[in-house]
Amino acid sequence: WSEMKVRFRLYSFLTVFQAHRRFCELLPPEHRSTEESLQTRVSLEQILSLPELKANPFKERICRVFSTSPARDSLSFEDFLDLLSVFSDTATPDLKSHYAFRIFDFDDDGTLNREDLSQLVNCLTGPGDDTRLSASEMKQLIDNILEESDIDRDGTINLSEFQHVISRSPDFASSFKIVL
Amino acid sequence: MSRQPKSLGEEAGSGVRGQVRSGSPGTGDRSGRRPSKKRAPRAEGAAGRRGAQPGQKERVGGSPGPGSPRRKQAERRRHREELGERGRSSAERTCTEKRKKDGRTSLKEQRAPSRKEKEAPRKEETWKRLKKHRSPSLASGASVGESLSEEELARILEQLEDKKKLIATVRSKPWPMAKKLTELREAQEFVEKYEGALGKGKGKRLYAYRMLMAKKWVKFKRDFDNFKTQCIPWEMKIKDIESHFGSSVASYFIFLRWMYGVNLVLFGLIFGLVIIPEVLMGVPYGSIPRKTVPRAEEEKAMDFSVLWDFEGYIKYSALFYGYYNNQRTIGWLRYRLPMAYFMVGVSVFGYSLMIVIRSMASNTQGSTSEGESANFTFSFKMFTSWDYLIGNSETADNKYASITTSFKESIVDEQESNKEENIHLTRFLRVLANFLIICCLCGSGYLIYFVVKRSQEFSKMQNVSWYERNEVEIVMSLLGMFCPPLFETIAALENYHPRIGLKWQLGRIFALFLGNLYTFLLALMDDVHLKLSNEEKIKNLTHWTLFNYYNSSGWNESVPRPPLHPADVPRGSCWETAVGIEFMRLTVSDMLVTYITILLGDFLRACFVRFMNYCWCWDLEAGFPSYAEFDISGNVLGLIFNQGMIWMGSFYAPGLVGVNVLRLLTSMYFQCWAVMSSNVPHERVFKASRSNNFYMGLLLLVLFLSLLPVAYAIMSLPPSFDCGPFSGKNRMYDVIQETIENDFPTFLGKIFAFLANPGLIIPAILLMFLAIYYLNSVSKSLSRANAQLRKKIQALREVEKSHKSVKGRTTARDSEDTAKGNSKNATQLQLTKEGTTPHSASQNQTTGKKAQDPGISRSASRITLPVSQHLPVSRPPGVRPDSGQPRPQTHPWRSASGKSAPRPPH
Repeated sequence: WSEMKVRFRLYSFLTVFQAHRRFCELLPPEHRSTEESLQTRVSLEQILSLPELKANPFKERICRVFSTSPARDSLSFEDFLDLLSVFSDTATPDLKSHYAFRIFDFDDDGTLNREDLSQLVNCLTGPGDDTRLSASEMKQLIDNILEESDIDRDGTINLSEFQHVISRSPDFASSFKIVL
Repeated sequence: MSRQPKSLGEEAGSGVRGQVRSGSPGTGDRSGRRPSKKRAPRAEGAAGRRGAQPGQKERVGGSPGPGSPRRKQAERRRHREELGERGRSSAERTCTEKRKKDGRTSLKEQRAPSRKEKEAPRKEETWKRLKKHRSPSLASGASVGESLSEEELARILEQLEDKKKLIATVRSKPWPMAKKLTELREAQEFVEKYEGALGKGKGKRLYAYRMLMAKKWVKFKRDFDNFKTQCIPWEMKIKDIESHFGSSVASYFIFLRWMYGVNLVLFGLIFGLVIIPEVLMGVPYGSIPRKTVPRAEEEKAMDFSVLWDFEGYIKYSALFYGYYNNQRTIGWLRYRLPMAYFMVGVSVFGYSLMIVIRSMASNTQGSTSEGESANFTFSFKMFTSWDYLIGNSETADNKYASITTSFKESIVDEQESNKEENIHLTRFLRVLANFLIICCLCGSGYLIYFVVKRSQEFSKMQNVSWYERNEVEIVMSLLGMFCPPLFETIAALENYHPRIGLKWQLGRIFALFLGNLYTFLLALMDDVHLKLSNEEKIKNLTHWTLFNYYNSSGWNESVPRPPLHPADVPRGSCWETAVGIEFMRLTVSDMLVTYITILLGDFLRACFVRFMNYCWCWDLEAGFPSYAEFDISGNVLGLIFNQGMIWMGSFYAPGLVGVNVLRLLTSMYFQCWAVMSSNVPHERVFKASRSNNFYMGLLLLVLFLSLLPVAYAIMSLPPSFDCGPFSGKNRMYDVIQETIENDFPTFLGKIFAFLANPGLIIPAILLMFLAIYYLNSVSKSLSRANAQLRKKIQALREVEKSHKSVKGRTTARDSEDTAKGNSKNATQLQLTKEGTTPHSASQNQTTGKKAQDPGISRSASRITLPVSQHLPVSRPPGVRPDSGQPRPQTHPWRSASGKSAPRPPH
């Protein structure tokens, strides 16, 4: 419990408690004790089955970004808490936009290039074929986005450019949120 | 949550930090606060590691020894003392509790001297005096004060503040959880150790409570917002439609909803002030001739076919004008019903005018304040459109659809604005199209005129055929059926943006429908005049009948005759009720036609296409019939003209608004269902204009047009002599005069008479025109200035962009050099694998800040270069875990400290 207490300093009591309960539900019953639950990692599939994440098109990205395991395929309780804290009400917009950038950066190379953007568009338009954009529409869209946001004209959007755009958005902070 | 601890920390540490921060002027509050956050991990008890920065602090704080050797000495001493204090702290644990009790006061007192001391160094007297003031129970506190020098205390206090701040803000740092935890643990240990010594940590409970409350409050607000959106009627339905069919289709439904609201108000007005008083307090049914079904109609009065035509009992009910009595006051309230009737009729128009104009004005106001979001339409759609709270897969599907739709809308807009075309050809085509359409309109106008003329001739003739009797209606409906598609075909020539094309289409069909309105009103007027000319005859007949009845011989003279049964009294034709019935029929038949069209044209077609597609020789869905698109222009115009009918008819049929409310209500549900079930989105989904002002403009025009005949009737037609609230008067507006004469004091009547003088009205109207002219010119000049300013901002942005792109390239080159010496540091970076990007990023952001805040920018841009060179030196990799932070705000401070460290302060 002393371990938990440290976390209570970080987040409010309720949040940690709730998060821990949810986390334990994902674990097999024999690992549900407090000490063990802090050590075990939950695999990606189990996290993705959370109802809060199920409908999210970025769920895999979110898990990968927050995972600290070498293979990036499992979350410990700390990672889970981390995820929740970034998506909580109280996280600063800067923090949120930073993680949003990492989520959108599909190939983890530190910038959003054209492939990242097109992948992002495909995520946003959903899995169905009827809502998919055509190639010319996609090109037009990405051209326009780069036109707007790529300030130094290097063909990619980097973190500061991204944050510059996001900071002007009125409703980013309110939509970039996950509540358990 | 993160806001509050910061402010708390500020509050507590302002005495100390305010002084420190004054050493770096011009960095502002934000940049001043950031470094302190950075400073925190470094201070973790390792006093020996303190570099240039505490030195600077010391200098600013006005420590006695400014020279570097002395400073080192002092530092060493401090280190020793600190260690000693640490050892002692365990021994003093017993005292801490006491101190905790009045920790606040001791803290204050400790802080106060430290501040004083900075203002005037070494004010021993003050210190002593303060010590004297302390209560004896604080002996241990005094002992701490003795063992530690004052600046020592101040420093610990400051570190404590930093630690606390770190604890508060560690959540907003993009570190992985493990690192956060270690940092936090260290910080917490430090705080726990020293907090007691400094008597802090009180009010923790209060703080936690406040945190909890803040959290609850946020949750409550969110729930309340949800609740509010749920309270808006049909909001979810409309959002649903918008996500699948685009905002243009949704704009029709929003318009329909608005219309429903207006009609609800009108209904309340009429129902509450006219119908209910009449039903409650008026003379009951069957007591007077106007409230009784005539003898000739009595047997059929309850048949459905008669009622369906609004004849029979419905005709002689409170739904229509003729039912109302001309008694000046009714009931024990002495309610002036004729007056109320007249005023409600006027205020229906007044309210409608006001609400239309007000909503138009508010729409324009909203559209001018869009501002910056226009610069980032695509980026916002891309990066911020997903709502991460969505947990329902159905909602997610809707969201996918809506995002796709909005992408498509924006792409269509963008394509239209970028379209390069042969301008001469387009111009020629547009002129041609307009010419063709004007020809069509003229032709149909002449046709209507011709047909109406002919029908007037036919009406005089005997035994005309069915076709000749209904020629006008047939021609009108044929025109209404074939002209809109024709216009649409011609409009394809023009190659307008679909949004503008919709406006043109609306305007043209509107012009066509005006002919409809014209014929309808003409026919009605003819009818009314015919009835009015017959009225005199019937009036005489009535008198004669009554006279005969009472004076006929063969009745016992001594017993007064019972009055004639009201059903037997001969009636006038009551043209007002006839007009009201006409409008009522029109509204109902219009509604039915709309519904049947939807059912047949959309639903059955959709069913046919959907199910016959399995066994048909060509692809029905992609080929000829396919699914119907939602006809925005037709529906909007239908709604507008229907509303015109309501406005015209509500004076003669008070129940008409109630029928219309029902109609709008059903059509909302029915059309929502029909759209979602059997229509497909337009081929080019386009964004509706931000305001519905074009619809509103058309509505205003219709309102004005429908005001004309009603005003004409009130002003210049005599009311029927035996029905309605104004019977027996020469004109309807006489009721006002009557009220003024009988119910108001005489001087008021005089004032009204004076006000009605043309000599006063004409100047007033002139004055109004002048005011309108003046205000119009003012608003024009303002909007011009607005446009100019916007252009200027746009130009500035362009300049800035090109400037930045040049600068970004040079700084990228600069930082590449430093990146070589920085390679270790680069591995530390968490988010980026290249060392160059954070630098260029930070450069960009500093220049980005320049745009926002020119005050900072000068100093910031001056020191950015030293920063990048200074960075690897001042922070050896592996020691400072936060070096990967691409936060530009820290740089000015770092470089400032870096520069000032080797420089002697004096």
